[in-house]
Amino acid sequence: MSVTKEQRQQWLRYLALGLVALVMLYPLVWLVGATFKTNSEIYTELGFWPSRFDFGAYAKGWKTSTEYTFATYFLNSFLITLPRMLVTVVSCVIVAYAFARFEFWGKKLLFSIMIGTMMLPLIVLRLPQYLMFREFDMLDSYLPLILPSAFATDTFFVFMLVQFLRGIPRDMEEAAQIDGCNALQLLWHIIVPLLKPAIISVLVFQFIWTMNDFMGPLIYLASVEKYPVSLALKMSITATEQVEWANVIAISVVALIPSVAVFFAAQRYFIEGAAGSGVKG
Amino acid sequence: MYENKRLGFLFALPFILGVLLFKLFPFVMSFALSFTQYDLIDPPVFNGLDNYRELALHDPLFRQSLGVTLMFALIAVPMRVGFALFIAHVLNYKLRGINFFRAAFYLPSILGGSIAVAVLWRFIFAKNGLVNLILAQFGMEPIPWLADEHYSIWTIILLFTWQFGSAMVIFLAALQNVPVSLYEAAECDGASKTQQFFRITVPLITPVIFFNVIMQLVHAFQEFNGPYMITEGGPLHSTYVLALYIYDQSFRYFNLGYGAALSWVLFALVGLLTAISFWSSKYWVFYSGEKETRK
Repeated sequence: MSVTKEQRQQWLRYLALGLVALVMLYPLVWLVGATFKTNSEIYTELGFWPSRFDFGAYAKGWKTSTEYTFATYFLNSFLITLPRMLVTVVSCVIVAYAFARFEFWGKKLLFSIMIGTMMLPLIVLRLPQYLMFREFDMLDSYLPLILPSAFATDTFFVFMLVQFLRGIPRDMEEAAQIDGCNALQLLWHIIVPLLKPAIISVLVFQFIWTMNDFMGPLIYLASVEKYPVSLALKMSITATEQVEWANVIAISVVALIPSVAVFFAAQRYFIEGAAGSGVKG
Repeated sequence: MYENKRLGFLFALPFILGVLLFKLFPFVMSFALSFTQYDLIDPPVFNGLDNYRELALHDPLFRQSLGVTLMFALIAVPMRVGFALFIAHVLNYKLRGINFFRAAFYLPSILGGSIAVAVLWRFIFAKNGLVNLILAQFGMEPIPWLADEHYSIWTIILLFTWQFGSAMVIFLAALQNVPVSLYEAAECDGASKTQQFFRITVPLITPVIFFNVIMQLVHAFQEFNGPYMITEGGPLHSTYVLALYIYDQSFRYFNLGYGAALSWVLFALVGLLTAISFWSSKYWVFYSGEKETRK
């Protein structure tokens, strides 16, 4: 036997990691298989592979029991998510620029408040925020879900960007300043390109978190035609308690596709982003 | 350079306004509301400490949800952080395909909070769901995960633990900052891998462990999607976490004053546990030498 102790340990590590990966991912994989199965198959088959490929569950799930299809709900989700991503990036980059590169009155205090709000349970703020938006006459619109992000209230992102900027030397900015760049030009021509990896992480996180958000839409939206995917899913499960599970599972699987796609497209960036900041919200 | 104080303030202005309008003002307002009776229709009526007296003395449902929340947080947070540290430790060695494992373990953290996963989870733990199918392979009786009040909380705990990836990524970054020379020296002195882990690795990353514990506590206390979707707080309120109770009181029964009082209890609880963690941190979190190990 010429297997060294090192090699044996290596194999043990792979075995452990493989087992954990299996436990972590098999449920998701199995559910994808389940969408093709009949009810009786779902309840007895441990294997992933269905006996036939029937996309009926997808078609039925997509149609829903309401007058709208999931096309509407997906569109709604994007109508919330995309504007929110945009205003988040703009506001957070500007504010992070201020914190990382300028001195101003109250900066230290403001920075502590920023850290503090990350630890504040959001649920404490839900009720007064709801009352505020009722006062603004914005209930049953997407504004309560988007507007706060325009004011850099997603402090996790500001923090992430500040940490990232702190790690970048200022040489380029100084050179550009000597060449006569003003603060805004610096921001646009120097800072934003340097921040690109961090900006991608912000976009990806915000996309997935907003797609996942459930309580926000649950509180603010009243009309079914405005529901995003998360609320529509909740509705379809209550409406179809007795009906075939495969439909509900199929549509849940579809609901996860955008997030999974974005995750794999950008995972390198935002795993680094999350690790680098030392924080994840 | 960068001495223009007004300009800095100007750039920070969105944040200042945002914090005042969407964080501090609601924060103060919810405190004020907690001393009132308010049903959204008639204006709020000041009722002093009535809400707090009611929940402390006469509300069995509050006691129930408080107990469930504490139990959930005190089991789920150590499980999530513990797993994260263990896996990060295994991943910290030079391994081919580390990126695959990192992504595989991170994916559930990204999706886990979504309603779609909650729906799927409900299905995995159903009477004839995947978990019981697997147990049957080992000749075990099916467990009524969602129907029995002794098991239901575990479905929520497992969902929370399953999402250990975010904490893992942070641990991994910290582990990669531990100088290899320390392990080499320990190896020379004949320290075993386990000894190295507990004598070198753990002490050096205590600040990150501390950070993860605090952040995960805040998350655990707010857990809503899981209990709301998977078990609907039941059976017999066995998964009725405080966040669910706050939601019900505020947005279903429109007892807004009472909901505000409940949410302040939750806030106080998180604050208290954070304070305890900070207090205890001086005994087990070591910041010394951190500067030398960086880079």
